[in-house]
Amino acid sequence: MLRTALREVSTALKEGQVSPTELCQRCLSLIKATKFLNAYITVTEDTALRQAEESEKRYRRGQSLGDLDGIPVAVKDNFSTTGIETTCASNMLKGYIPPYSATVVQKLLDQGAVLIGKTNLDEFAMGSGSTDGIFGPVRNPWSYSKQYREKCGQNSHLENEDSSWLITGGSSGGSAAAVSSFTCFAALGSDTGGSTRNPAAHCGVVGLKPTYGLVSRHGLIPLVNSMDVPGILTRCVDDAATVLGVLAGHDPKDSTTVQDPFNPFKLPSVIDVSKLCIGIPKEYHIPGLSSETLAVWSKAADLFENAGARVIEVSLPHTCYSIVCYHVLCTAEVASNMARFDGLEYGHRSNMDKSTESMYAATRREGFNDVVRGRILSGNYFLLKQNYEKYFIKAQKVRRLIANDFVNVFSSGVDVLLTPTTLRDAVPYVEFIKEDNRTRSAQDDIFTQAANMSGLPAVSIPTALSEKGLPIGLQFVGRAFQELQLLTVAKWFEKQAKFPILQLQEMLDHADALSHQKISLSS
Amino acid sequence: MAAPMSGGGRLCRLAWRRRAGALHSGAQPAALGREPGKVAETQSGVAPWRAVVGLEVHAQINSNSKIFSGSQVQFTAPPNSLVSFFDASLPGTLPVLNRRCVEAAVMTGLALSCSINKKSLFDRKHYFYADLPAGYQITQQRLPIAVNGNLSYTLYVGAKQSQMVTKNVRIKQIQLEQDSGKSLHNDARSQTFIDLNRAGVGLMEVVMEPDMCCGEEAAAAVRELQLILQTLGSSQAIMAEGQLRVDANVSVRHPGEPYGVRTEVKNINSLRFLARAVDYEIQRQIEELENGGTILNETRAFDYKLGCTIPMRDKEGKQDYRFMPEPNLPPLILYDAKSLPANIDDQQVVNIDWIQERLPDLPSVKRARLVEQYGILPEHSFTLLNEDGLMELFEDVVRKTQMNPKKVIGWVISELLGHLKQYDLTVKESPVNSVSLADLLNLLERGVISSSAAKQVLEELWKGEGKTPLQIVKEKRLELIQNQRELDQICQAVMEGHQEEVMEIKAGNKKVLNKLIGLVQRATQRRADPILVKQILEKKLSQ
Repeated sequence: MLRTALREVSTALKEGQVSPTELCQRCLSLIKATKFLNAYITVTEDTALRQAEESEKRYRRGQSLGDLDGIPVAVKDNFSTTGIETTCASNMLKGYIPPYSATVVQKLLDQGAVLIGKTNLDEFAMGSGSTDGIFGPVRNPWSYSKQYREKCGQNSHLENEDSSWLITGGSSGGSAAAVSSFTCFAALGSDTGGSTRNPAAHCGVVGLKPTYGLVSRHGLIPLVNSMDVPGILTRCVDDAATVLGVLAGHDPKDSTTVQDPFNPFKLPSVIDVSKLCIGIPKEYHIPGLSSETLAVWSKAADLFENAGARVIEVSLPHTCYSIVCYHVLCTAEVASNMARFDGLEYGHRSNMDKSTESMYAATRREGFNDVVRGRILSGNYFLLKQNYEKYFIKAQKVRRLIANDFVNVFSSGVDVLLTPTTLRDAVPYVEFIKEDNRTRSAQDDIFTQAANMSGLPAVSIPTALSEKGLPIGLQFVGRAFQELQLLTVAKWFEKQAKFPILQLQEMLDHADALSHQKISLSS
Repeated sequence: MAAPMSGGGRLCRLAWRRRAGALHSGAQPAALGREPGKVAETQSGVAPWRAVVGLEVHAQINSNSKIFSGSQVQFTAPPNSLVSFFDASLPGTLPVLNRRCVEAAVMTGLALSCSINKKSLFDRKHYFYADLPAGYQITQQRLPIAVNGNLSYTLYVGAKQSQMVTKNVRIKQIQLEQDSGKSLHNDARSQTFIDLNRAGVGLMEVVMEPDMCCGEEAAAAVRELQLILQTLGSSQAIMAEGQLRVDANVSVRHPGEPYGVRTEVKNINSLRFLARAVDYEIQRQIEELENGGTILNETRAFDYKLGCTIPMRDKEGKQDYRFMPEPNLPPLILYDAKSLPANIDDQQVVNIDWIQERLPDLPSVKRARLVEQYGILPEHSFTLLNEDGLMELFEDVVRKTQMNPKKVIGWVISELLGHLKQYDLTVKESPVNSVSLADLLNLLERGVISSSAAKQVLEELWKGEGKTPLQIVKEKRLELIQNQRELDQICQAVMEGHQEEVMEIKAGNKKVLNKLIGLVQRATQRRADPILVKQILEKKLSQ
């Protein structure tokens, strides 16, 4: 039951095959069993059970709120949740309990979804591994899959300390791991440079970054306001469309959301791609791209071609400037956004009480990790009067050029772009930490970042397994606000790709054993 | 009436000279109204100093809620009772622009003859301060809502302050921004308390070009701005409540030289202090320079107790504000009748033309109308507008009486306002309202009482005992003697008692007639109409 897609479990709930409470309890047990993944920072067991109970009452009265009623969901710990600690995986916000909920969280709750927990991330979403938060790294569930274990010849017990476990990618690694390991049916991530799509690719799930302005950011603790978008992680494309239908639309609390009404859609079941034009950006064929991923990418292009679609090579000439441009814009906004964390109104406050200034300094030194402080430092440097023109203005101009690259390609008749999501499959943690956060982020965001620069919708679809038995994802980038077209293409592709389901039998058995044990203890 | 801006320096330039002890005795501007060319030839032969004064005026917008949040705006609320999540900068909260604040700024811009930018932008200005919770202020640094305006104001010059001069100051721009909270320092406990009620209240920053040259001019310009804001209702502009705060940029130079280094005197909250602070700062800079010193580009505060400016501690010192576009607010787009898109919800847009059409009469227009409609002097029109409610009272009295407005104005300004000033009362607090004043003036106009009796009645009315002027006249028996025969007899008696004077008049010394009139007045306890008395006496004398 837990391994099904959201839509199927929704049907099961409606038909009474399972009750919301039962479903919630099963997810909670699995969360406990998979605690070593470190996917969750806070498991909201009590409130989740209460919400499930409410949902159950609604089902009994025949007053279900819709497809999400009773469905356990997880939310990245950088979305504000009323009464539930929201940490951003930072000492700065440890113990911070927001008095309000993010619009997207509220929309999920209003649809009857059961919030099962807050998921792990890099501190303030700054990272591409989900390794740099105060609660420790998230482990990729595929590290414990039959597929991977067989390939790398390790059959040791999953809880044994081993050095081969893999990172999830990030920064929404907790959400990706949660959906991938079946502890919830959908999760919210956030996507600033690829933070939803990157871990989705590494964890073998669907990761959707909607068009900037389509989904409210109110309550999302910002990284880069001009690029942040709430992301959606699900097991299949249809589910992503369902969740998007709930989240999208104008929010009076977020002035950057578009006013046009959004009509939720269901994706067609019969899809014809023969009239489509798929663009393959040549600049994405770069030296660091693994041969496996390249092969998967070409195969995907062939699939479209064989189905009658026009597949053409296109050029996004300013792609190579994206990383450095992103670095300037991101750090500048980070420097600004982080200025509010001064220990006065909320969050961590140092004991230093010599002066207000010394209290600020100590609070911020104790509250932020090196990555955050590094970005604040460089961002402030770029914003200095003497540097503003040279760096910030220039970066904004380059951003415009990057966005125009997409405009040009789409206006030339291309419907959707097909690219890799990541350079390669997930690497072991021990490998990953050999490079610093900045280098990693720069490498790992390379295919995903431009969609944030240009505000375009993009989705990562799990496509195939690598030689090591690990997921490889491909990315589709669509026209602004054309999520219906983007997801329709993605759904067609998903069907062709036949990505295998994560085999976690060993882990699940272990979880079952744990939950039975608990039941027998309590009875 | 407006004096031309450029080249019109004949009356609007001040020459400053260092005056010994000026710093301690309270600086005063030097004599006004000299030709700049003549000023150069002073006794000492040293070139005179010219002061250059520019202003930044922060006016709190008169709106129910704050500029980017739904919190109420109220001056007297208990500390931290009007603070939304956004105002406290809780992470994840976003600004939502208050339409009313935009309209107030557009209205103000139009009233100051600015061009209104159809597209303006918001920026973040960063600095760490305890009453600035986000660590930055949202303002309009790059592209403000209104630019290139003009404000004309009037001040009195000359030895007796009797000459009225109209001057202009260019308005560089009006920008929308957030107010900060308030810090209350407790030095004894070395603690700072923060009140965020004011944090996020909408401000219009009106930036005036350095077209002024002394404290008095600065104060007159701000006073005119204050009247305009109050007329528009875009700000209540009560300085004592911090709704209008002024930063003055001051520098001095010799004529023909480039601008000197300027200092900024911040947060001045009364017109009197503004004039004093600017004049002090001018004198201080002159003294400093003449003693071979230099002026630092620094921020100073005005200490009203000591009457001087002092350098401020670091807060606004040499800082790099690291301006950056506010990413959470899209460009602010305004429309006019031409550009207004069809089928758009009126509540979603601000239409400049619509606001222009509904602009109330500005003080300058009101003054011109008063002068034209009632034939009063221009300076009287200024007085009427300067006192809140006085114009309304005057017009009310004019409507209710048959008296010529030119006479009414004398009663309103010399008698009524004079009295109010003496007792430090506002027009609203006046015990004499328009009805009783009109009744009184009607009694005078109809010849029931003399003008000196009217003043006596007014004295009684100030007591605020609720009596009507007519009641007072009756009680005090102040009516003029209307009975011709009675007056005749009194005049006869006076003439008989003063034969010497009668002889003198008959001999041709007509001036003595006034003495006889005075004597009749005394005999009637001033209840006789002097004109009538004169006629009777003249008739009798010619017999």
